[in-house]
Amino acid sequence: MSKEKTGTDTSATDAAGGSGDVSVPAFSRRDFMRAAAAVAAGGGAWMVSHPSEQVFGWQLDPRKCQQCGRCATACVLTPSAVKCVHAYEMCGFCDLCGGYLQPGAKAQDSGAENELCPVAALKRKYVEAPFYLYTIIEDLCIGCGKCVKGCNAFGNGSLQLQVKQEICVHCNDCAIARNCPAQAYQRVPVAKSYMLKTLEGGGAPKA
Amino acid sequence: MRRLPCIFALLLLLAVAGQATAAFRFPIPEFESGYQHPTPVTPAPRLIPPAVDIAALAGALSITAWLVLKRRSRREVLLMAVASVLYFGFYRKGCICPVGSVQNVANAVVGNGMGVPFVVAVYFFLPLLFAIYFGRVFCAGVCPLGAAQEILALFPVQISRPLEHVLGLFAYAYLGFAVLAIYTGAGFLVCQYDPFVGFFRLGGTFNMFLAGGILLLIGIFVARPYCRFLCPYGVLLRWASIFSKWHVTITPAECIQCRLCENSCPYNAIVVPTPENAPDDRRAGARRLGLLLLATPLIVIFAGWTGLASHQFIARIHPTIRLAERVAAEEQGVYAERSVESEAFRAGSKTPADLYAQAEALRIRFKTASACFGAFMGVAFCGRMIRLSVIRRNRDYVADQGACLSCARCFAYCPVGKEDAAF
Repeated sequence: MSKEKTGTDTSATDAAGGSGDVSVPAFSRRDFMRAAAAVAAGGGAWMVSHPSEQVFGWQLDPRKCQQCGRCATACVLTPSAVKCVHAYEMCGFCDLCGGYLQPGAKAQDSGAENELCPVAALKRKYVEAPFYLYTIIEDLCIGCGKCVKGCNAFGNGSLQLQVKQEICVHCNDCAIARNCPAQAYQRVPVAKSYMLKTLEGGGAPKA
Repeated sequence: MRRLPCIFALLLLLAVAGQATAAFRFPIPEFESGYQHPTPVTPAPRLIPPAVDIAALAGALSITAWLVLKRRSRREVLLMAVASVLYFGFYRKGCICPVGSVQNVANAVVGNGMGVPFVVAVYFFLPLLFAIYFGRVFCAGVCPLGAAQEILALFPVQISRPLEHVLGLFAYAYLGFAVLAIYTGAGFLVCQYDPFVGFFRLGGTFNMFLAGGILLLIGIFVARPYCRFLCPYGVLLRWASIFSKWHVTITPAECIQCRLCENSCPYNAIVVPTPENAPDDRRAGARRLGLLLLATPLIVIFAGWTGLASHQFIARIHPTIRLAERVAAEEQGVYAERSVESEAFRAGSKTPADLYAQAEALRIRFKTASACFGAFMGVAFCGRMIRLSVIRRNRDYVADQGACLSCARCFAYCPVGKEDAAF
């Protein structure tokens, strides 16, 4: 292939040699290849000197989250990769749960008219008097954050929104991050990709 | 009954609702029945190993280069394009892609300095390296965005060359603007306005679907509108491909000037031979070029000044600037109610004064960036003009190495067979 190319080049030079107007590059291709190789090597060396040992994912900080509901709608996935995660250790196991029940609910039971969750993804289970366990059915959860808002306003804040890393498609530019009014999203190393509030300190990031 | 204290505490808390404290409102219960609560479900991401990604890209590039340069088969290049759309597009959902990697690299150099993951660095450099050797084979059959348009370019028409050159400048503008957005921290615009990724993911905003649909419809007739007139990575590939060592040739042997390929390229990437008996206006041409070279600094300065003058306007792409303007307007009572962003800001600990200071610092950054962006556009414009003013004499029909996308369309038009190759 390279032979052919050289041949054509020579003939072109011969034909137009008289006018002396052939676009002969100032430096030969070989020189350019060397320069290109040098640039590539330099780029590689620079990349090595600026190592980024980890791949980054996206996560939202529950301490900054304002539960605006955009996690449910802005994600490129439907339903969103953001779901409610329950940090059980922080939960008060209340009977009267601000995350489970509508404000002003007639009864504290699992009646549809009393539930806050629009998709019935929050399950209530009796543990022992007077405690109730609340678990999230992940297949149903759409990440709207209604329960999180209720839990933050009236409870311990144990219900938190998190980007579920096994669902997230790891966009280079997270669509929810740029729509988040509280700027709660950040790139995190995938090795430590959850930022749940925990019992100790009531909010320091989970290392 | 434990319910009563609960209700009482709730009523008490209603009065101070919103004031989250480190202490818990409700005590963590101590279970008497030995109940153990479950642990939160936080599964690790399912990541494809970097080696697989790199092998996929290197393999696809090699196969495409082989198909274009050795096999010289349009059909096979198209099949490769279909495979790329299926794998890089629908299976990998358009992410990770070299087009977007421009921003990650720019972010490491001029942005917040966050390191580029190894895979992303490879995805940025490898297609450029291939372009230096084999031309834009990445565009031909690897890039899912390009391949999707290539497949849908059913009835391509040639647009006039002047229009081609003018529209081609938009790609430079997009590249410059994307880097500006990185420098100022306004976001990854190329990913945000990727018109086809919505189709690959089967999800996205209505506006991006609309834009992607319109581009695909235009692309039926004006082949590859995104690649030619918008793609920021295409600009870099063009620069690399100009110097390519083994770029694709229209004819496998010697050109016989039969003119059959003249109208075969929908990308205006075939350079026609200079007429033998062209009127010799070398002097006029040289004067024009001289004037252009003299005007170049002025044009660049003017373009830079235009950029600088519009920095206030350009700065609105940054969410913090938009928020600061909104909050300032709300403080002055322009709006009846607060926006969601403003509510979120006020719920935080920062004061409007902090926000204004932050916005002011950003505006200074935008000043520099806008001036540089303007100057870059001036250079791009003048470079294009100078290139058009330099008369190059060539005898044969050859591919314009910068613009050629190695799509292999022209091969079928060439009557010279492989067996005619004398070498």
